[in-house]
Amino acid sequence: MIKVWAIAQNTFREAVRDKILYSLLFFALVMIGSSVLIAELTIGEYGKIIRDVGLASISIFGLLIAIFVGIGLIYKEIERKTIYTIASKPVPRWQFLVGKYLGLLATLATEVAIMTVAYFAVLQAMGVGVTGAMVPAIWLTFVELAVVTAIAILFGSFTSPVLSALFTIGLTLIGKISQELMIIGERSESEGVRMLLAGAYRVLPDLARFDLRGPASYGTSVEWEYVAYATGYGAAYAAALLVLASLIFRFRDFK
Amino acid sequence: MSEFAIRTEGLRKVYKTGFLRREYVALHGLDLNVRRGEVFGLIGPNGAGKTTTLKLLMGLNAPSGGRGWILDEPIGSLSALAKVGFLPERPYFYDYLTATEFLHFYGQLHGIGKDQRRRKIEELLPLVHMERARGTQLRKFSKGMLQRVGIAQALMNEPELVVLDEPSSGLDPMGRMLIRDIVRGLKRKGTTVLFCSHVLSDVEEVSDRVGILIDGTLQEVGSVDELVEQRTEGIEITCEGLDEAALATLPSEPLRRTARDHHVFRAEDHEAARALLAQINAAGGALVSYEPLRESLEQHFVDEATAVERQAREEAAR
Repeated sequence: MIKVWAIAQNTFREAVRDKILYSLLFFALVMIGSSVLIAELTIGEYGKIIRDVGLASISIFGLLIAIFVGIGLIYKEIERKTIYTIASKPVPRWQFLVGKYLGLLATLATEVAIMTVAYFAVLQAMGVGVTGAMVPAIWLTFVELAVVTAIAILFGSFTSPVLSALFTIGLTLIGKISQELMIIGERSESEGVRMLLAGAYRVLPDLARFDLRGPASYGTSVEWEYVAYATGYGAAYAAALLVLASLIFRFRDFK
Repeated sequence: MSEFAIRTEGLRKVYKTGFLRREYVALHGLDLNVRRGEVFGLIGPNGAGKTTTLKLLMGLNAPSGGRGWILDEPIGSLSALAKVGFLPERPYFYDYLTATEFLHFYGQLHGIGKDQRRRKIEELLPLVHMERARGTQLRKFSKGMLQRVGIAQALMNEPELVVLDEPSSGLDPMGRMLIRDIVRGLKRKGTTVLFCSHVLSDVEEVSDRVGILIDGTLQEVGSVDELVEQRTEGIEITCEGLDEAALATLPSEPLRRTARDHHVFRAEDHEAARALLAQINAAGGALVSYEPLRESLEQHFVDEATAVERQAREEAAR
């Protein structure tokens, strides 16, 4: 595992020294800070708006980083030929992919942690109460980012950045509404449509599972069993994507 | 243990390109044997299949046919790669790593422990003249510095075989000399070196044997002496002290006049050269240099490539 660790550490180090991530983080922090202003312009539910905008900012900027850094993660290595010196070392290709994935995940964890600290600071400064569901909501946002990063790495392992961006954004958007697809299927009178949509739901990611922003904003409680289940689902889904990416990447020629 | 560090049998690579997936044969059944401990230079024009060969050997691409072994292990296997150091052509590395971090990283990929990595880095940085740049990020490095630190990473695991793709590319004369010295040093230690280069004078100088690859086919393999004809192709005599009147007395005109006012003559063989020299002396001239002309590796390579190209054109016309 020393090799996976080395690749993950290197990916993290490269990411934190790259100024692009700082600019994204800066905009996220500005967005979290501006939630106060947005709340001022809204009539009523002042606390809810601040809580909502802050959580949404963490999610949106996290997704932007996961998608745009994730899709370039493998492609850049091939395009810049840095992969030549790594793939010619005694490192199985799956270890390279997993190392890159864990490195980006560590970067995302750091970004989410910084945004969370800023978020709680804003809540504290504005005297808005922290609800019990906030920490699970932020945690599941991170789990969602882990799944989206795995999607980006899967597509990045065999297509160009433009195509993998399209595919990753597409699958992420579908993942947000996959529960609705299943509900539509259940209401359908056609057996074929019901089976098709039920099958699609099993294959497609269900990213709505990770959305606890509603309970976090309204202050309703969340069961820890649900959080554990959603975390397990996210980990299993991301692992399956990485296995698939590794199988594809194993046979890839580097031209 | 086989006597060969590299052995391939009918190694073939076909690329599929474009939307219609047209096939392009980059390598036609390569049979290559590189002996343990030798320096083997692989030369060929652009697109001859040199880099493809190295990519197949390094496991970066899968062969479309044939087999190969590196140090008795199948090519591309982790056990083979553990014994090899590789420097790709025009290498790019991680911009934000310092030279030391970079070498630690590649050492980790070989599973080398921290203390051993430190010792190796202290040994390698002076070897490639990079001690003063150890704390500098790679994005601030010149092309030559990247090449040198790239060679250092290829040597982190004390490899039994070093594979270098265009190691002199982008280097100044000092840098090229350094590469030649490193290759000679590796040979002294018994390390096998396979390298591709367009700088044929370097290949000629350091290689025990040379392979000429043209259009994906290995045309010739042998030592430089075996490849290049040993017969002289004439003698070049350079003289000084000849004025116009003296030149008029000589049986042949000089080929050219140098910036130092020396005259260069050409004789067909030693006998003709001796006769010419006697006449030059009689006319008051003095000998500056006497140089038998032999075919260079470069000339041989150009002749070979031209012949293959002509043959291909003729076959296409038929």
